Amino acid sequence: MFSTRYVYVYTLILSAFAAISLAFFITIFKPLHDSNEAASKKKDILSSIAGELGQDPQLMSNEDVIKLFDEKVEQLVIDAKGNIIKDVSAEDISLATEEKKPLEERRYPLYIFKSKGSSIYLTAVRGNGLWDKIWGTIAIKDDMNTIVGASFGHQAETPGLGAEIKDNANFPKSFIGKEIFKDGEYVSVKVMKGASDPKHQVDAISGATITSVGVSEMMYKGLNSYVAYFNSIKNKG
Amino acid sequence: MAATQEVIKSEPIISFGKQEKKLIKDPLHINNPITVQILGVCSALAVTTMLKPALIMGIAVTLVTGFSNLVISLIRNTIPKQIRMIVQLVVIATLVTIVELVLKAYSFDVWKQLSVFIGLIITNCIVMGRLEAFAMANKPWPSFVDGIGNGLGYAWILIAIAGIRELFGRGALLGYKIIGPSEEFLINTSSTPLLSWYQPNGLMVLPASAMVIIAVIIWIQRSKEKSLVDIS
Repeated sequence: MFSTRYVYVYTLILSAFAAISLAFFITIFKPLHDSNEAASKKKDILSSIAGELGQDPQLMSNEDVIKLFDEKVEQLVIDAKGNIIKDVSAEDISLATEEKKPLEERRYPLYIFKSKGSSIYLTAVRGNGLWDKIWGTIAIKDDMNTIVGASFGHQAETPGLGAEIKDNANFPKSFIGKEIFKDGEYVSVKVMKGASDPKHQVDAISGATITSVGVSEMMYKGLNSYVAYFNSIKNKG
Repeated sequence: MAATQEVIKSEPIISFGKQEKKLIKDPLHINNPITVQILGVCSALAVTTMLKPALIMGIAVTLVTGFSNLVISLIRNTIPKQIRMIVQLVVIATLVTIVELVLKAYSFDVWKQLSVFIGLIITNCIVMGRLEAFAMANKPWPSFVDGIGNGLGYAWILIAIAGIRELFGRGALLGYKIIGPSEEFLINTSSTPLLSWYQPNGLMVLPASAMVIIAVIIWIQRSKEKSLVDIS
């Protein structure tokens, strides 16, 4: 049997040793963690225009993604009335925090990807899936109407069913070419079984009805927040 | 947790003789942590929907069992018996956190997918089970080998379950489409999949199917190895 004093000293030394070794590992990995985290969000945003970029941003190196983002992407923050809010960077806006605020105080991030003289507007949307939150980036051409790309993410949808919104590359692809306005009126894009309207509907994922309905609702509510801004741009042009 | 301690006497510090071979081989089959000791089943259900996370989880657990066995065995004679479980937990938690930091640095995608489950290795019964049953009473080298063996025993079951679930639930392996209709559920495919009439089975991606597959593996194993059958 060991004495009580031995137990105390042993515990102290062991804890100190564990703490020091963890601190050491955290310190040496910090630069890599920071660069991964910084690039991860940019990768997710740029994934929506993988088709336009001609390559999958998820497979690009952290440095390349950050460089591309810094060079070609302009960041804006808007409110629901379509006014631009100054002195805030879009990357500092988190929809998770914004959705807790009253509607009129919410701010929305908008990324404008500029290439070859044209602009692509990357909007952020967030909604509810079956188990937890789902989110996405919807890329819209500078006619403020046609979707040129989309990417989705989720917290905890069922793999093989709801998680297909992210895992199955064909689902986000099916949004390409869809239009969010019908005769000048905002209608968004519906996710439904047996989609028939080639401009405003996409096919739902079989077996994942609630996630599909969630995406549908997220698209409608999410893009609705940008409609005022889109209209102001259209009127200007 | 097993109360009996298995003591192995070996002379040289590092050798790879009969005993070490047995320490690696037994957990793969007749003393498998999942199918025989029935440890770590919870994570076997959670991370086996796809092959890639299962592979990473298998590697992570193997490293943690191996090194925690090694560390505990090195300090086994200094550990006060009153607080031995706490000491074991501190060692396991430290190693698991290091594994998580390494993953976050070098495989960020997998870290995002697995971060919750990596943390849960701390509570994985296999790790503490082996510390109590083996490392507390054996020399460092056999303990390390025993840890690696048990980690591998856990890993191969995980990989087998994940392979079956991803293949029949999604028609793919490691994200590459293998069987099923080619026009839908297309994931990173370059060639035309086989058996285009096959409809992916949604049940396979639900946790319940892992339970069924483990049961089938146990069934096959016991029908081949009669000594495992519980007569009582």
